[in-house]
Amino acid sequence: MSMDKEPLFSSKNLKLLREPLNDSNPITVQVLGICSALAITVKLEPSVVMALSVVFVMAVSNVTISLLRNMIPPRIRIIVQLTVIAFLVILVDQFLKAFAYEVSKQLSVFLGLIITNFIIMGRLEAFASGNKPWPAFLDGVGNAAGYGLILVVVGFVRELFGSGTLWGYQVIPESFYQFGYENNGLFILPPMALITVGIIIWIQRYRNRKLIEENKA
Amino acid sequence: MKRYTNKDIFIFASVMVIIVAAILSVVAMVLQPLQKKNIEINKKQNILLSLNIEVEKDNALEKYNQYITNTYVVNHEGERQEDKDAFSIDLKKELDKPLGKRNLPVFVGSLSKDTIFIVPVRGKGLWGPVWGYVALEDDFNTVYGTNFSHKSETPGLGAEIATREFQKQFIGKEIFNDSGEFVSVRVKKAGKADGGPHEVDGISGGTITSKGVDKMLEEILESYLDYFKKQKNN
Repeated sequence: MSMDKEPLFSSKNLKLLREPLNDSNPITVQVLGICSALAITVKLEPSVVMALSVVFVMAVSNVTISLLRNMIPPRIRIIVQLTVIAFLVILVDQFLKAFAYEVSKQLSVFLGLIITNFIIMGRLEAFASGNKPWPAFLDGVGNAAGYGLILVVVGFVRELFGSGTLWGYQVIPESFYQFGYENNGLFILPPMALITVGIIIWIQRYRNRKLIEENKA
Repeated sequence: MKRYTNKDIFIFASVMVIIVAAILSVVAMVLQPLQKKNIEINKKQNILLSLNIEVEKDNALEKYNQYITNTYVVNHEGERQEDKDAFSIDLKKELDKPLGKRNLPVFVGSLSKDTIFIVPVRGKGLWGPVWGYVALEDDFNTVYGTNFSHKSETPGLGAEIATREFQKQFIGKEIFNDSGEFVSVRVKKAGKADGGPHEVDGISGGTITSKGVDKMLEEILESYLDYFKKQKNN
């Protein structure tokens, strides 16, 4: 144990939590986990549940790998990481089936797809396997939240314009439709998720200039 | 850097797998009764939905016992099969059997003055199975209500078959034409239904799922035809 006791929420630790929300966002900056972001963001509710599930899986797997980091033989570390992730995903799935059956029916296959989410494996490999549990926990929560944030924003936009509802409730008033407003079917289709993510990236880089890559030519 | 021999690696891997497997099996065993109960409640809610009765999951069992007064199993020829429990029959397994050997469940619902006959249906959507219940009035022709569920259809597209808006279109449709031939209720492309008694609108953007529902209704209702005819003649 090192003697210099760092406060739990030191600025260095807070940075782990905050950075993935903006400067190193897994989706908009690192462009990871795009696949699942396209698949489940048609409606707001599955987006939120997916975001929460990923936060749980990522935080716990990061801590687990961090605790085991000096025991895991390097040659099989990827397999170990996968086993830990798969274990947690199955656990989440079992609990949802028992206590939140409706939600588990909605997420169905997508929950299993958390296993293949590169953000999680990426953080395990890049951060958790070389850091202490507490920073690893913050890093996990931060990155999952950064992923979840984009998911929720895209889900919000797509449900609002695609179906005229939010969380399943009608929010675009009936009178709009009488004046010729129509739900935009394109928002329901996967390409629109990609375009929405693209617009988010654009806005983010406009506001946060340091993310713009320098033109080498 | 610590060196790991092959033996170390094997030991680590084995211990890890045993721990993970043990925890998961315990969790699965402990949670199984709850999960089974959820599935049973969900099935009963779905059957009641085909009678256009929406119930909360807390009183699903009570309402089910109140409205579903009889259940039985028939074969392809429409003969009653004794000693078989309609509720526990897994239609997926039955559909793998040849037509003549299938056990076909029927649920009988009693509303204030009507007797409604509910048959389960099952077919294929785009990504996985779709299933549901079709409730027929006692003329074995007019659809009283339907309910559909799916395993993994696309949210916002094919998954819309699980909404009441889609399902309510079927109310009052007829599965036989005027000359008494079986025509089922066709699921047309969105906006293409003719408004007649044998067609409903499909889901726009969910064409394959809509076709799946169409085929499912035709195939499964057809296997009950002899039963329907027998009942009508009684």
